[in-house]
Formats: sequence, structure tokens, C-alpha cells
Amino acid sequence: MPVALAPLADRLRHALGDDAVVTDEAARRTYECDGLTAYRSVPGLVVLPQTAEQVQTVVRECARAGVPFVARGAGTGLSGGALPVAAGVLVVTARMRKIIEIDLPNQRAIVEPGVANLAVTQAVARHQHYYAPDPSSQSVCTIGGNVAENSGGAHCLKYGFTVHHVTGLQICTPDGELTWIGGGKAAEAPGLDLVGAFIGTEGTLGIATKVVLRLLRTPEAVATVLAGFRTAEEAGAAVSAIIAAGLTPAAAEIMDTLAIEAAEQAVGCGYPAGAGAVLIVECDGPAAEVAAQVADVETLCHAAGAFALRRADDPNDRAEIWKGRKSAFAAVGRISPDYIVQDGVIPRTALAEVLHEIGALAEGAGIRVANVFHAGDGNLHPLVLYDAREPGAADAAAEVSGAILDLCVSHGGSITGEHGVGVDKATKLPKMFGPDDLDTMQLVRCAFDPSGLANPGKLFPTPRLCGEPPRPRSAADPLGGSSNLEAW
Amino acid sequence: VSGLSGPAALALSGGFAAICGPEQVRPAGEADSVAGVHPGLVVAPGTIHQAADVLRLAAEHDLAAVARGAGTKLDWGAAPSRVDVLVDTRRLAGVHYHAPGDLVATVGAGTPLGTVQQEVARSGQRVALDGATPDATVGGVLATNEAGPLRLTYGLPRDLLIGVQFVRADGVVAHSGGRVVKNVAGYDLGKLLCGSYGVLGLITTATFRLHPLPAGRVWVTRAVGSPLEVHELTAALLASPLAPTAVEVDLPADPAAPSPRQRGESAGAARGALSVLLEGSQAGVAARAQAVVKLLGGDADADGDPPQWWGRYPFGRGDLALKLAAPVADLHAAVYALRDSAGAAAPVRGSAAAGVVYSALPGSMPAPKLALVLDAVRTTLLGRGGFCTVLYAPELLRESVDLWGAVPGLPLMRRIKEQFDPRRSLAPGRLAGGG
Repeated sequence: MPVALAPLADRLRHALGDDAVVTDEAARRTYECDGLTAYRSVPGLVVLPQTAEQVQTVVRECARAGVPFVARGAGTGLSGGALPVAAGVLVVTARMRKIIEIDLPNQRAIVEPGVANLAVTQAVARHQHYYAPDPSSQSVCTIGGNVAENSGGAHCLKYGFTVHHVTGLQICTPDGELTWIGGGKAAEAPGLDLVGAFIGTEGTLGIATKVVLRLLRTPEAVATVLAGFRTAEEAGAAVSAIIAAGLTPAAAEIMDTLAIEAAEQAVGCGYPAGAGAVLIVECDGPAAEVAAQVADVETLCHAAGAFALRRADDPNDRAEIWKGRKSAFAAVGRISPDYIVQDGVIPRTALAEVLHEIGALAEGAGIRVANVFHAGDGNLHPLVLYDAREPGAADAAAEVSGAILDLCVSHGGSITGEHGVGVDKATKLPKMFGPDDLDTMQLVRCAFDPSGLANPGKLFPTPRLCGEPPRPRSAADPLGGSSNLEAW
Repeated sequence: VSGLSGPAALALSGGFAAICGPEQVRPAGEADSVAGVHPGLVVAPGTIHQAADVLRLAAEHDLAAVARGAGTKLDWGAAPSRVDVLVDTRRLAGVHYHAPGDLVATVGAGTPLGTVQQEVARSGQRVALDGATPDATVGGVLATNEAGPLRLTYGLPRDLLIGVQFVRADGVVAHSGGRVVKNVAGYDLGKLLCGSYGVLGLITTATFRLHPLPAGRVWVTRAVGSPLEVHELTAALLASPLAPTAVEVDLPADPAAPSPRQRGESAGAARGALSVLLEGSQAGVAARAQAVVKLLGGDADADGDPPQWWGRYPFGRGDLALKLAAPVADLHAAVYALRDSAGAAAPVRGSAAAGVVYSALPGSMPAPKLALVLDAVRTTLLGRGGFCTVLYAPELLRESVDLWGAVPGLPLMRRIKEQFDPRRSLAPGRLAGGG
């Protein structure tokens, strides 16, 4: 432990108890990275608070000592958002796992930030309710982490992201104030939308200590269609046709041939033999609607060139279809010793074109890229395969991965649809936002965290000095560096 | 107030004319007042650059600016402490970009929402917003976070806005978000601008996520007599898997059924209505409508058109306009508290299943009485959670009552305002909670 943190460690031990403060180096090292293992940093101190008040104590002590802090849930993030600071404190919410209240008449649950995403649905499933956002790590990832990252999941095509399912938050601000923001169990509150402003800021505005979640009525019927196509372009065209027909499936996922190959090896998912791509479309809602939707989906898939179609109405058969998709990221480990999981977004209509360009990029670099994507909303997850033992392979893979993001931006998309900016893409943010945009975003940061102690070094390429007066502008150059103005 | 702001602004009319053209600058008239505060000038920028220059010039000369679209809700909320320049946004109009295949549209903030709807409807799409002021501009809808019956399924403007561009108080143009629905790059400033009443920036451009227009729509409407009955029917609907797109209630003011309720409310005096909108395929909605008719019982009946009160505010000109937002199962408690304390049968209308309804009180109600009524409703909501907000009040009442009650996170809101507008030149005094 850095010597400078010793007095802080003592104070926190005194306040939270010995077992809540980790100073041992080997123990601290287990927290050195999140799901993005390329970035590692051993936290100076690890603290495991049990209550919101203990989080407040930790943050207050950090503020008093001028020590930066980083919050961490289950550490499943894929952008290094929970990468610790060597000279700072890692606040781990693993002991804050209480579902505080389930209020079915109001369709709300109040939970602590360390509660696993899936645990919420499990707690209310027998009452025919569920929590909609379902990131693929949902069995372990925490609600606090979901709030920080504005997590989505396969079903956000129809149901939206975390920000659409949180109506109130208790947060600990970086100066150590515990405060409720938002409507609580009510749908909205007067004034600025602080909940909307807080969610997705990757821990740079403070730590969520209690979260009020919207619970949805479980749909009466769910049906899943698996369609095999010769090419990913055909599968993409099928998705476009489905959307153009006015259907809003709950999910629409595509895997290309490499991803299928990996999934078959890993879990034997039994996807149609010879498929260059598979499309999974899920429809949910009242039974009277789902039957008609699924029939339409099948017709449209057929018209787009599907050579194999399979429909699943019951939970077991559906799980069988989803098995391959859900295992895809990990399965790629079967066909490649190392790989980069990329996360970019394009307008859905550019899918065929971008896939073609990714293929060309991969071929040009002699690198294999497996594609798994949330096709309904244009969220691509190219998996760039390489072997770290080959000299230069990691760099070449990183280059291809970066070039894919450039492709996304040049097609009017985004550098991240759900994994977040974190430490991984902070330097890429200027591809989408000019200096004025970033400067303006940081005004919010300055309002919450003028000292810059909350998760420093994440999200923004360069911190703004708070309290800096607005920069003078010459009338001749009113727009300064707002490079994206014309693009609007 | 007007006496001071007028000359200062007028002295700069040449400067604004140089930016926007002389025909786009005029002295403000009586109709240009903002909640009773008279501006000096009205300026109508035609481009984002002009809007930026206008705000910068105003800020440089310490003039306060307020943005106005169609003016349908300009007198909502607190009065600005001063207004020198009224910035008319209606020339920042047009559907700049519409990609039907991507279900996305980018529009100028001065475009009436109804115009946007017409444009995207040609591709069988809609912005899933149906607030009660269809003439309102996109900027005005965003700034007030105005939503109608569709909110139950599609949420508020903040839930459909995927990208926004705006001018800061100091004239700097910034944007966040983009043109794709799924996007977590950077802070989402659009969330802060929605419901901001113009205190953080002047919205110039908005990009919305669109939804397909449904093939089938059916309304099932049933007579109801009391808030409790509404509560029970709403609970049954929410517990059902019928997935209504909207559930609206209308409880008109009924002089024949005096308040407090102890004196005479009975199921026999049903003059109100609960109406459920179902959307989906033609066959699907027909089947679901039958199920809803059965579930609601009473005189429930299905219709291809909405009841005439659907999606309209219960308040009229001169009325005091209230908004109640409560946990859905506690909404009736707030409505009872309102009706009991007001001693007049206040009409109630809105999104029963979302827990958000509107009401009206006489604009002539004495301030001390209004304060007591607000207190009664807010006290009822104290332990349950929820808010009773005065959207509009006549000038004298506005000054003398607390329009919002407790605003969660108010100190943080003030700090954000301070960062965005340290010189308080943009809609000063209009932040909810004061500031």
C-alpha cells in the first residue's frame, strides 16, 4: 500500500471495521483490472462498504485527503471503467447486495448497487414481473455497474437501456453528500433530470448507493425465430425488412460464420449447417400479437434468403437457440488464443456496407474478425482474433479494431453502444465530439466533482480545470472547434 | 423590470440586426411578455451560427435572454427575474434528416412537433410524443419535457431524444449524442436539457428515435365514478399481460358532486371515464380489446376513435394548472387530498397508469388557500413519494406560493446552472426550485 494512504486506511478501518479495508498487496492485486484485462493497475487501497452511509464515510475521507476513488461492482465492464488508481481507493460494492424493497403495486424495486442484475428478475419472476435491461453478463454484473455504464443488452431494441428503467437514485456525490435524485417511485420529478444526467457517466459523478428500478409485467408470450442465411449481408437485409414492416422485435441478433463456428465448438448449439450467418429474432408481448409478428418475421426472413428457419415458443427451446449467441464471446476463445471485443454502432441501414468494409479490413491485415451483433440497433461486436505469442500480432489486431471504430464513426455511428468509453476509448471520444462539446460535458462534471476525484482518467481524453472561466471567443470564430457542427 | 431591460436591449438592436438581419429584430410588444416580464427586443435568428452570435452578444452586454418557440407554455413555471432579449426560435425549423430505415430524424428546434409528425408519418412513422399542445415547437416540448398518453409506453421526450445541439449562455455551440439509438459515448446532455425550462441552453437541433405507426389502434373506454375506482381498474390493467399503450383517466369537475367526498361521492354518480389505448396488429388489438372490455367490466366499450378529452389538459386559460406525479398505486391518495382540500371539484385528467395527472384550480383562488391546498397534497405524498407541481399560475399567485415543493437534488441543479451560466444571463430565475 502506498505510504501516503496509510493514515486514510487507519481512519477507514476505524470507521468501517478491519475486514472492510484491504491493504494486503496480493489481495489488492485481485482487483487490478475489470473485464478488459489489457489495462491493469493495483489499487492503493480496497474498501468494501456495507451501507450507503459507509460509502459516504469512504468518499468523505477521500475528499478530505484529496485521494481519488473508483467504484467497482462485479468488474465485468469491458472498457476499463473500473480500472483502479494506484494512488487511490477502490470502493467495491460487493457487500451491498440487499434488495431493499419490492413494491409490486407500484412496479418498483429498490436495491443496493451490488445486487446482481439477474437477481432482481429472479426476485419478482414468480409475481410475473421482471427487470428489462439484460446485459449478457447479467448473472453477475451489478445494478450499480449498470447505472454507471447505462447498460443495455439484447432486448434493449424494444425496451431501452438502464436509463429508461431507473426512476430514482440515492447517490454519494464526490464531496461526500448522500442525496436522492429523481422521482423515487414516481415517474418523474420537477427540475433538471439528474437521474438521466448521472446514468452512464461511468462513475465520474459519484457512486449510486440505492437504485429505484422500474419492474415490467412479464409478457404473456415470447417466441424466438432462428434463421440461417448464406451471408451476413442477407441476414442484415432481413432485419431491415423486419423493421421496415413496422415490427418492433424485442431482440434481433446476428452471428457470422466465424462466430457460429466458435459457438458450435464451445456449446454445440446446432445452428443450421452451412450458414454464413444466423439471425435470431425474438418477439414478445400479448399472445394475440406475438403469433402474428412471428409469422411476419418468418415470411420476411424467407424472402430475404433464409434457407433454414426454426421457431421456439417454450422457454427450453428458446434457451437452446440463445445458447450459441450467449456463449459467443467466450466461445471465440476456442478458435483463437486471444481476441479483442469491439463495441461500435452504425445506422442499421449501413450494416451490409460496413460488414463488407470490415471484411476488407480484416483481409487486408490478414486478421480474422468474427462478428456478433445486435442487428436491430446497429450495435456491432466484432471480435478481432490474434495470437499474442506472435510478435506484432497484438498491435496489428488493435489497429484493425481501431479502424473498425473509425468505420462506425464515418458512417454516422458511435464508438460505443454499450461497453462505455472508460479508459479504453477516452482518446477516441474526440472522433465524435469537438472541444466545445467535451468542454460542455465537463461543466456537468465540474458541478458534481470540481476536484476531479471520482474515477479520474476515465471517459474524457483530458480533464477540464473546474472554475476556469469560460474561454473568451472572438466573434469572427464563434464556433471555435465545434468540428461536428456541420455534420448536424 | 421591463423599464430597465427595454432601453439596454434596444440600444443593441443594431448589433442584433447585424447578426440576423434588420427584419428579424423588433421591439417587444405586449404579447411578447414572459410570465408577465416584458423583454426589450425580440430577435429571430435563422441559423445556428446566428443563434450563437445572438446569445454571445447578449451575454457580453449582460442582457438576459429567454428562448421562445410557439409560446404555448412560455408562462409555465417561475417568471424569469429579467428578460432583455426574447429569442424566437421558429426560424430554426425544418426536418433536416430523416432516415426511415434507421427510424431516426433530425429536426430544427423551432419546428412544430406536429409538422415533424406529418413528415415522418409519410413513412409510416412517428415521434412517440403526443403532448397536449400539438402546435408547440420541438424545443418547447423538450424544454418542458411535455408528454401525453403515449408516455406510459414510450416515456418522456428525454427517452426519445438521442442527440441534441444547443447554444450555451456564452454563445458556444455544443452537441451530445448522435444519430444512432444505441450510444453511450460521452455525457448525455440531452437529458439535462429536457425539462430545463431553458436555463441551461438554447436548443437548436434535436435528433429523435422514431417508432413505426401501429397498424391497429383501439380505445376501450369505461365510465368511472371515483379516484378509488380508477385506482382499482388501473391496478388490474397493470397486472394483466394486455400491454396497453396508454391508460388515461378523465374525472371532470362536477358541481353536483360536492367535495369533500364524505358528503356525497357514490358509484352512481359516474361522470368520469377511464380509457385504454391498445396498439398493434389489426387482429391483435381486436382480440386484446375484447379482453380489456371484459377486464374493465361496467359499460366498457371499444371504439376506433379516442374520447374527445383524450390527450388534452383539464385546465383552460386563466386556470391554475397543476401536475401530480406519484407512485402509481398512490395516485388516488393525492387526488383525494387535492379534491378534499380544494373544496371544489377539481377536474383531473392524465396518465393514470403512469401515475401522472393534471388538474385545474380557479385562477382566482386566494394565495393563502392555494398554499394550504398544495400543502395538503404534498403532505399526503410525503411518505409515499411524489410531487405536486404548479405548472402555471396567474402572476400574483405565482409570486406567493411554492410552485414545486421539495425538489430532490436542488443543490446539484443549482451547481449545474452555475457552471453552465455563471453570469445568469439565460432565463434567470426559471430553474425549478428557484435559481
